[in-house]
Amino acid sequence: MSARTVSTEELELSLRGISKHFGGVRAVADVSIDVRRGEIMSVIGPNGAGKTSVLNMVSGFYHPDTGTISLKGADITNEKPSEIARLGVARTFQNIALFKGLSVLDNLMLGRHVRMKAGVLSSILYWGPAQREEVEHRRWVESLIDFLKLQDLRKQPAGALAYGLQKRVELGRALALDPSLLLLDEPMAGMNQEEKEDMARYVLDVNEEWGTTVVLIEHDMGVVMDISDRIAVLDRGEKIAEGNADEVRANPAVIQAYLGAGEQSAEAAHG
Amino acid sequence: MIHRECGIYKTSYQADMALYPLPIAKWTVAAFAVLLIVVAPIVLDEYYLSILNLIVIASVGAIGLNILVGYTGQISIGHAAFMSVGAYTAANLAVRFDMPFWISLPAGGLMAAAIGAIVGIPSLRIKGLYLAIATLAAQLIIEWTINHVPWISGGVQASIEVPRPSLFGISLDTQRELYFFLMFFAVLAVVGALNLVRSRVGRAFVAIRDQDIAAEIMGINIFRYKLLAFAISSFYAGVTGVLYTYYLGIANYEQFQLVVSIDYLAMIIIGGLGSILGSIFGAIFITLLPIAIRWFMEGFGYLLFTQAELMNIVPHMRLVLFGALIIVFLVLEPEGLNRLWQNVRNYFRVWPFAY
Repeated sequence: MSARTVSTEELELSLRGISKHFGGVRAVADVSIDVRRGEIMSVIGPNGAGKTSVLNMVSGFYHPDTGTISLKGADITNEKPSEIARLGVARTFQNIALFKGLSVLDNLMLGRHVRMKAGVLSSILYWGPAQREEVEHRRWVESLIDFLKLQDLRKQPAGALAYGLQKRVELGRALALDPSLLLLDEPMAGMNQEEKEDMARYVLDVNEEWGTTVVLIEHDMGVVMDISDRIAVLDRGEKIAEGNADEVRANPAVIQAYLGAGEQSAEAAHG
Repeated sequence: MIHRECGIYKTSYQADMALYPLPIAKWTVAAFAVLLIVVAPIVLDEYYLSILNLIVIASVGAIGLNILVGYTGQISIGHAAFMSVGAYTAANLAVRFDMPFWISLPAGGLMAAAIGAIVGIPSLRIKGLYLAIATLAAQLIIEWTINHVPWISGGVQASIEVPRPSLFGISLDTQRELYFFLMFFAVLAVVGALNLVRSRVGRAFVAIRDQDIAAEIMGINIFRYKLLAFAISSFYAGVTGVLYTYYLGIANYEQFQLVVSIDYLAMIIIGGLGSILGSIFGAIFITLLPIAIRWFMEGFGYLLFTQAELMNIVPHMRLVLFGALIIVFLVLEPEGLNRLWQNVRNYFRVWPFAY
């Protein structure tokens, strides 16, 4: 717990007035979100609110039409995804996007890609620098395997694992990058209660022990309200609210967006 | 001591990541090495060695194509053209500038790699069938260019005779001498490919095949790695072309036509996509197929056909059986000969128990 430091001044990620249109569809409109270093920031909102689009723009999968995105003060608005990964941003996907043909171990080793150097020639020669590097990173990945309790699955092909385990391996692959900013797109979707608790625990552990900043998209309001430091609410591409769990829960605009009427109790937002 | 695994006794990550972690696998590989390098050239006569040479050459090309198709998930129907690029580069260097093989061979490979990387540029934008057609265009363009530019092709027949490769002043004339020459490069090709696919670059290739978007988000520069896959694969193809040219003693574009590209695709499909050993199985299978058919028809064909009919049937029989076998493989064992071998191996691994 002691390593946890939420700095109020230092911003890990800053979105300033970003907008994105797909043809006539306005996916994201003038959204500004600041994520402080070391916090867990959740982005919630009804389906189609633009949550994943925001995440895609942060990871560089596509670029905003207007506005800027900066990471630790450096502008990354139009960087390539591979370059953003190099800067220490890792993410998981809403639909599992594991490398199914690779073993769990290789999936995690692939997460180390940007931290490794071996090029074509040293890879082909292997014995020497490439092998030393492989061993060094294998050691690193093994500690991650211990953390995520994947020991007995190491050599299994990732595609053969159960759904909940695939989600965990995908978290592992993102963590293997040793990110300073971790983007999680619905990590608990489709999980049972126990798996959700495990996943929430891993997210909290990563945040507390490694000091990793986390941006979380999740539909399970119980989890979101419990583990988030702050929450931003999107609806139809616009940010309608931001604040801690209590503030968001009491916000009339949020209740309006989720329930469609202003009269119901805020407790109903507990989904 | 040859034994089966009955627990995990490795004490280092190196040992766990070795190419052949089990002693029995190490011994098997060693036994095969002795068989191929010592026994085969002593026991086999020139004719059988010439067939073995063809297999060795085809293995190099098949491994190269598998790196691109099986590991990286891109497709190329232009590999025969890349082979011809290597072949004509080496032939021109050997004839015009009197270059020895240790210069012309890598030069042929590098030239093919450069052309291959250029052909690979569309792979960033297009996938699957569309990429197949783009590489098909490359095959036809390269074929036409070599055929119609005398400066490259060396004249009317579009063929260049090359001298035999020589080592320390000894010209490698016999199939036996050529066998060692070809085997040396084939071993380099196999070991290089095995190392490549188990390290950083190879993992990135497989990641692009399995999930290109996730691969990019994880920090792999897709464009760079796709071109790299094309370049490495074409380098192998170029080297195959050079080896074949030295084997035949002549560089001729007719040896590198579209049907050869298809043959190599058949090798890796029948052998097993995404497997080095499978590429070799496929190379053996496709190289031996026409020879086996001819033997069979010469031996037993008279039971069904007259001599005159046989003359007609034998060349076509190959095409028919070839097509039929590919269909059979796609239906019965889509993962190829390598999967068959793994099934057998896994069965005996725990034999006499079921699991």
